[in-house]
Amino acid sequence: MTKDTFKIADKSLKSRLIVGTGKYKNFSETAKAVQASGADMVTVAVRRVNILDKKKPILTDYLNPKKIIFLPNTAGCFSSEEALRTLRLAREMGGWKLVKLEVLGDKKTLYPNMIETIKSTKILVKEGFKVMVYCTDDPLLAKKLEDNGASAIMPLASPIGSGLGLQNKINISLIIKQSKVPVIVDAGIGTASDATIAMELGCDGVLINSAIANSKKPILMAKAFKDAVISGRNSFLAGRMKMNNFASPSSPSSGLI
Amino acid sequence: MAKIQLNGKKIVIKSNYSILDLLKKYKLENKKIAIEHNGIIISKSNYKKKNLKNNDQVEIVHFIGGG
Repeated sequence: MTKDTFKIADKSLKSRLIVGTGKYKNFSETAKAVQASGADMVTVAVRRVNILDKKKPILTDYLNPKKIIFLPNTAGCFSSEEALRTLRLAREMGGWKLVKLEVLGDKKTLYPNMIETIKSTKILVKEGFKVMVYCTDDPLLAKKLEDNGASAIMPLASPIGSGLGLQNKINISLIIKQSKVPVIVDAGIGTASDATIAMELGCDGVLINSAIANSKKPILMAKAFKDAVISGRNSFLAGRMKMNNFASPSSPSSGLI
Repeated sequence: MAKIQLNGKKIVIKSNYSILDLLKKYKLENKKIAIEHNGIIISKSNYKKKNLKNNDQVEIVHFIGGG
């Protein structure tokens, strides 16, 4: 059997679970949850330094970018200009070329603005970035992103932070089947079994933040997601049995007493 | 003396103050940060050379938790 490897752009990853680092109670909890998740890649946001409080702890005091892959994102950006500005600053910070692009279009649903997203992808790819792109679950638009050089396609399961789980399995399956780059289900996963379902469809990975951070016990939930992703992947590789409308006995019917 | 805007806040600095001086003032010289000076990203090698003047706009950003 060939080894089941997972590669995005030029990075080889051991875990198919990528975790976000937002919404935790404090940085200590963030670090423990990341460790429990087994993820080797985390998403991070770019924001202004708090100049009024020099002693306030910062994320990099708790998560070492030399030990874990930081994936800078453009969360909160509503235009191509803002997103490009953010990622250019992120690249300056530590030479990161692998980034996550999200250009939002609506404050209530945080749905991606795909016109601005495609526009930004083109520019970033031209500038040498490796872009993982948050997108709607429309197979045509996903293909368009791939054609424009996206390094990974990241369709939403349901709106960001909603916890509604995988709402359109058919579309996600279509995207998985057509894509030559990794497909990572991003946003909306609510609990561990949602991640298993996504992995069973054959997606290459999942990105989870709220479902872990907003659970009652984030560190335990991080572990649950680790196991769920491994299970889902193994189940996909194993290939599920055929569904039948009628029963089929599990024990032999011959030799009955 | 020069008045600049740092991360959206007005501050007063000495004349001939460089970006490196500014970072030292906020104990940020060894942190993972990036700087934008009047809308242009400044590379680390230019922090010492780049002096700030009246009405300059400086943004210092870093990584925070995010999904």
